[in-house]
Amino acid sequence: MQKFEKLTGLVVPIDRPNIDTDAIIPKQYLKSIKRTGFGPNLFDTWRYLDPGEPGMDHGKRRPNPDFILNQPRYRGAQILLARDNFGCGSSREHAPWALLDYGIRAIIAPSYADIFYNNSFKNGLLPVVLPRDAVDRLFRETTAAPGYRLTVDLPAQTVTTPDGTVFAFDIDAFRKHCVLHGLDDIGLTLEHVNEIRAYEARRKREAPWLFT
Amino acid sequence: MAAKTLYDKLWEAHVVRDNPDGTALLYIDRHLVHEVTSAQAFEGLKLAGRKPWRVGANVATADHNVPTTDRRAGIADPVARLQVETLDQNCRDFGIVEFGMSDPLQGIVHVIGPELGATLPGTTVVCGDSHTSTHGAFAALAFGIGTSEVEHVLATQCLIAKKVKNMRVRVDGPIPPGVTAKDIVLAIIGRIGTAGGTGYAIEFAGSAIEALSLEGRMTVCNMSIEAGARSGMIAVDEKTIEYFRGRRSAPKGDLWDEAATAWRELRSDPDAKFDKEVALNAREIKPQVTWGTSPEMVAPIDAVVPDPEKESDPTKRIGMRNALQYMALAPGTPIRDIALDKIFIGSCTNSRIEDLRAAAAVVKGKRVAKTIKLALVVPGSGTVKRQAEQEGLDRIFMEAGFEWREPGCSMCLGMNADHLQPGERCASTSNRNFEGRQGAGGRTHLVSPAMAAAAAIAGRFVDIRELR
Ligand code: SF4
Repeated sequence: MQKFEKLTGLVVPIDRPNIDTDAIIPKQYLKSIKRTGFGPNLFDTWRYLDPGEPGMDHGKRRPNPDFILNQPRYRGAQILLARDNFGCGSSREHAPWALLDYGIRAIIAPSYADIFYNNSFKNGLLPVVLPRDAVDRLFRETTAAPGYRLTVDLPAQTVTTPDGTVFAFDIDAFRKHCVLHGLDDIGLTLEHVNEIRAYEARRKREAPWLFT
Repeated sequence: MAAKTLYDKLWEAHVVRDNPDGTALLYIDRHLVHEVTSAQAFEGLKLAGRKPWRVGANVATADHNVPTTDRRAGIADPVARLQVETLDQNCRDFGIVEFGMSDPLQGIVHVIGPELGATLPGTTVVCGDSHTSTHGAFAALAFGIGTSEVEHVLATQCLIAKKVKNMRVRVDGPIPPGVTAKDIVLAIIGRIGTAGGTGYAIEFAGSAIEALSLEGRMTVCNMSIEAGARSGMIAVDEKTIEYFRGRRSAPKGDLWDEAATAWRELRSDPDAKFDKEVALNAREIKPQVTWGTSPEMVAPIDAVVPDPEKESDPTKRIGMRNALQYMALAPGTPIRDIALDKIFIGSCTNSRIEDLRAAAAVVKGKRVAKTIKLALVVPGSGTVKRQAEQEGLDRIFMEAGFEWREPGCSMCLGMNADHLQPGERCASTSNRNFEGRQGAGGRTHLVSPAMAAAAAIAGRFVDIRELR
C-alpha cells in the first residue's frame, strides 16, 4: 500500500452531494481483474461525451469540456473537494483504485459512505473529513483562485490553505498509523494467530453446526 | 449486566481481540464470494504465498456478469468471460465450493446464501458486495467489504473493525393491502435519507416488521445500505428458525435442536438503549416510487414530482434539480403519469419466490402494454426459477409478454447484456436508481414487484391499491 504523509497539491472541486461509486467508476470497467488502469475511466460518464467500453483507446474519446476535471486549470489535481456522502453505493474498491490511478491522493468532504471510507484507507487514499462550513469556504476559494493548492498533513492532522488558515481533522489512530507507514493489515492480523486459533476452538464448541 | 442490543450481542460473540486503539479483530463465520470483487484478492493471496484460513467458511457463485439468456454458448464478452473463469479457477485452486454459471444452484449471492443455509442466525457474514446487509434478516451481523478486506478475510478469517452505533427503526401497525416490504424500506429511506444510517447498525423492529415473511425481511435489510448503514438486522422469531429447517447447509438432528435453542436468544434485551430511534406507522405507508437519482428521492404513488425550488437546503436543491434534469421530469407531474419503456423484475432486493408470486398475481391473464419495449423477469437463483416454474409462474409471465430469464444480477446493474439504452425509462424492483446504474443514460424508478408488474400492463405507473 502507498504511504501518505504530507501533500501540497492542486485542488479540484466537484460540487455535488451523494457522488456514488457508479459515477466514480461505471460498472463496465469492473470486469477487469487488475487493480490498475482505471484512471482514464474515473467519472467516465461525466468526463466523456461518447459512451465508453473497456479496451477502448480513451485518449481518442471526446472529453466533455463542461466537466470540471477536463478544465485545463485543474489538470494534475491531487486533492478532490466534494460534498456530503461521497462514495455512497457499492463496495467496489475500484472506486479508490480509479481515484488513485488518476492521481488523486486525498479527498476533502464533510462525510463519506462507510465502505468507501474504509476502502480508501486500505489503498493509501486519504479521505479527510472537515466540517460543512470549512468545506463551503474551500469550495469558494478554490473556485475563485486558479492554481489553488492545499496542504494536507497527516501527522499533524491538518489542512492548510494558501493564506495560512489551518483546519484540524480527526482520524482514528489505527488507520492513521497504517496509512502513515503503508502497513499491510493482513501481516498485522497474522501476528495474532494464536488468539484467532483460540477463538476458533471456542466457537467450534459453542456453535459446532458452523463447522460441519 | 447492562442491557444489550442484538448488534451488541452479535458483535461481542465475534470479538477475537480488542485492540488498544478501539478497533477489534472480528471473527467471520461466512464469506460469500462473487466474480467482480474477488479476482484481485485471490491474486494478492497468491502473491503473498498465503492460503485461505478456513476453506469451508467460503461459498462462491458467479452472478454479476452472467448472461440471462441461453448459457450453453458461454459468455460472449471476453472481458466478462475472463472474470468469471478467473473465479472458477481461483475456487478450484483453493478448494472453495462454487456454484458456477451452469450449476443448478447458481444465483445472486444474496439469494443463494440463505437459500442454501450458508447464512445462519447468529453468524457474521461478509461479502465483497454492499448488499450483504440482506443477510441481517436472519439476525446475522452481515456487511459488505471491499476487495482488500476480501483478501484479509480469506487469509485470516477475521476483519479489523470498529463498533458502530445502534439505531432502531420501528415500524408498527397493520400493513395496508398493496403495500409490501419494498414500500416499507423505501419509506424508511425517504424518512431518514441515504446517509441517515451512516455510522450505525440498524435494527428493524415493530409489529409490521414481525408480520413480514423472511423474504420480505430480506428486502428490508437489503436496502439498509441505501439508508447509509453497512448492516441492518432483525431479531430471531419462530419464522426465522423454521426458514432453515431442512436447508442444505443448515444443522440437522441433535445439532438442529442445539442451534435453534441458541438462535432464540438472538434479540435485543427489552430495555436495551439505542443511540437513535426512528418510528414509522405502517398504516400511513403507501406504494412508493422513486422519482430521482438517489433512493431517498421517493414519493407515494398518489403524489406528484416535487419542486426543487421549494427545497430550503441549497445543496439538496441542486441535487434535486440535477436529478430531475437527468430523469427528464417536470416538477408537479403526477407520478402515475410517468410512462415507462422497460420493466425489470429481479435483483437481490426482489427476485425471490414471493416477489415473483406477487408480480404474477397482478399480471395473470393480462398483456404487457404495447408501448413497453421489454419486460424482464429474472429469478434470483436456479432454485427460485424451478420453484416458479413448478407453480406455473413462468407461463403467466410469458403469456403476458414478459421474458423469462436465467438467474443473475442482470439489469440491476447491467454488467451483462441486459441494460437500458440512453434515455430509456424503467420500472425496476432493484435497489439503486443512480445515474447510469442500469445502463448509461438510463432512467430508473424503484418500485415493488407488484407495482412493476402493474406498470408493465398499464405502460405507466398505477396505484395497485386500486386494482384490488
Ligand atoms: S442484484 Fe444488484 S445489488 Fe444485488 S448483488 Fe447483484 S448487482 Fe448487486
